[in-house]
Amino acid sequence: MVAQSRLYVPKTPARPGDAPDFSYLKLSPAGKIARPDAGAPASEVRYLSEGLVRVLDDEHRAVGPWHPHLDVADLQVGLRHMLLTRVFDDRMQRIQRSGKISFYMRSYGEEAVSIAMAMALRPSDMLFPSYRNQGLYFVRGRPMLDLMCQLLSNTRDMCKGRQLPVMYHWRDGNIFSISGNLATQFPQAVGWAMGAAIKGQDAIAVSWLGEGSSAEADFHHALLFASVYKAPVILCVVNNQWAISTFQGHAGGERQTFAARGPGYGIAGVRVDGNDFLAVHAVTQWAAERARTGQGPTLIEHVTYRAAAHSTSDDPARYRPKDDYQKFPLGDPVERLKNHLIALGEWSDERHKSLTAEFEELVARTWKEAVSYGTLTDLPRLDPGLMFEDVFKEMPEHLRRQAAELRDEMAGN
Amino acid sequence: MAQMNMIQALNSAMDIKLGQDPSVVVLGEDIGYFGGVFRVTDGLQRKYGESRVMDTPIAEGGIIAAAIGMAVNGLRPVAEIQFADYIYPGYDQIVSELARIRYRSAGEFSAPVTVRTPCGGGIRGGQTHSQSPEALFAHVAGLKVVMPSNPYDAKGLLIAAIEDDDPVIYFEPKRIYNGPFDGDPHKPAVPWSTHPKGAVPDGHYTVPIGKSEIVRPGNDLTVVTYGTMVHVSDAAARSLGLDAEIIDVRTMVPLDTDTICGSVARTGRCVVVHEATRFAGLGAELSATIQENCFWNLEAPILRVAGWDTPYPHAFEWEYFPGQARVAKALKTVMEAS
Repeated sequence: MVAQSRLYVPKTPARPGDAPDFSYLKLSPAGKIARPDAGAPASEVRYLSEGLVRVLDDEHRAVGPWHPHLDVADLQVGLRHMLLTRVFDDRMQRIQRSGKISFYMRSYGEEAVSIAMAMALRPSDMLFPSYRNQGLYFVRGRPMLDLMCQLLSNTRDMCKGRQLPVMYHWRDGNIFSISGNLATQFPQAVGWAMGAAIKGQDAIAVSWLGEGSSAEADFHHALLFASVYKAPVILCVVNNQWAISTFQGHAGGERQTFAARGPGYGIAGVRVDGNDFLAVHAVTQWAAERARTGQGPTLIEHVTYRAAAHSTSDDPARYRPKDDYQKFPLGDPVERLKNHLIALGEWSDERHKSLTAEFEELVARTWKEAVSYGTLTDLPRLDPGLMFEDVFKEMPEHLRRQAAELRDEMAGN
Repeated sequence: MAQMNMIQALNSAMDIKLGQDPSVVVLGEDIGYFGGVFRVTDGLQRKYGESRVMDTPIAEGGIIAAAIGMAVNGLRPVAEIQFADYIYPGYDQIVSELARIRYRSAGEFSAPVTVRTPCGGGIRGGQTHSQSPEALFAHVAGLKVVMPSNPYDAKGLLIAAIEDDDPVIYFEPKRIYNGPFDGDPHKPAVPWSTHPKGAVPDGHYTVPIGKSEIVRPGNDLTVVTYGTMVHVSDAAARSLGLDAEIIDVRTMVPLDTDTICGSVARTGRCVVVHEATRFAGLGAELSATIQENCFWNLEAPILRVAGWDTPYPHAFEWEYFPGQARVAKALKTVMEAS
């Protein structure tokens, strides 16, 4: 018998009609992974890229060497931010269905990644997000009204009507403009961090992409440049298991963890329970300390689950079991932090319920104000002439001419 | 004959080629199990298996490069890039490699790859789901570039592209996937079943690459256009009561100079219309070619109607899009020139 090559196709564990199957997920018990000194060389912390750093155990206690010992007040703030992000997302999703906004992307199930990380960083650290990091804006204090006005492309839209909903930016909050093209921000964050090193700044850069996007060459450019120049950067793969319909095995997750891409480039890689607020916070602190003390970059893989559809243009019932998320072994980030606070005697179901109601009311009230500044279909409206601005710093002659042509066209001439 | 929209017509083309030719494979993001974000490859993986209809990693450079390698090994890959706006990570492989493999190896190697990609605006997609980058490919020596404007041509051109021994960049104007669009977003959508070109043979046929089509004969002037703008231009000419000759370019490279210039030489007036940005767009090439060939027949300067030279703005989609008003204005100007 002659050996013959056969094309291998990665397996998707469960499709519609199948029972959810997470047997592929390698888990470590909470508290079991050692926490090395932040000054440890990448070559000595390889095990962090294979295990799973977890702090919250099944009894909702915080255990082990990564326990960040945060104040109760901080935990409550974290829970508030996560809950607000979720309530906001839910409402915007429903509003998109009603046609007031053209498109939306929820971060449901992944809230801890953005919230815990932003809370563990300094406001001067520069963030290069993907399109599912809206929690960063809540932590950094951008008024919700501003986000809504961007979603509406209205007269208060920070993007002046040029970008799809959720493609926010905030220079004063140190959050870079979202592209819409995948993974492009990853090597840019490395460049920003190289710039910080060149200028002797104390700030670090942080970037996020999905495990699906880690297939793009830009992911590899980022790791290479970060490694070569020991850039003060934290690079995050948010492994939410699904790239639209495509399971993470098609991005290379069957062979190796995504965190293990780090050691391949000589970078520390850490695989963390992305639905564990405390673990994400602790790992971020560790990586940030490395970056600030000359140890260079860290690659963090957040193991989480995209509980929502990819976007409002997507229907996951076509490609995965309906109850997949309910069976996800790492649970839900909001529920887990809530239960931890309840176990500490610092929270209750009643408080949670009333806070949820308070946020729903806040979101509804803010939305009313947002639509008063216009929608895609209702006045007031941005001046379409704005589309010609910011193509260049100074508008060249040919664009002036085209702007004039558009004015004529709109006047019916 | 069956009634098909463009999605079904494209699907039928791939279905036929996958069935006829074991060397044909299809690859791209979300195209297998899911059937593609626009459903163009729906059902093909179920029918032909995971080794011939492949879900790939999100890596456009990898998709194009792997397709080239497969083609060099004798396969005929059809690669889908989910949106034309996402094609640029694969641009180096297309421009530096795919376009030149035959040339640099003096014909010993070739890569008959078809790259399918949805393009164009009108779907509220903002700057990353609305681009029309055809000129960036038409400018590259060694690539054939096509864009159909209806289901009949879509199927015939895709079969021709897959059977072609040269690489073909195949643009699909996504606004007209489900029905012709005359440029007025406030009108109810019209299905392809209302259009004669929505009638599509079930079996194998080709629409030749390199041939433009006169979709409406006329004598007053010639409108040279392609994709969605064929329908917008036709509506604009009708609204003015003009006896316009509308030419659907269909193939940008190699250009059917005979059909285009033959028409303009006869009518003496010409407007070129496309959705892509104007500056250094395909309209520049078309106008120059027509001017070189028809100068002594022209009664008026050739005008171009195009998207403005800005990125595609989300909120100003219909002010950006070269709709009927902009086309009609150019038609009038050209008709009034003495």
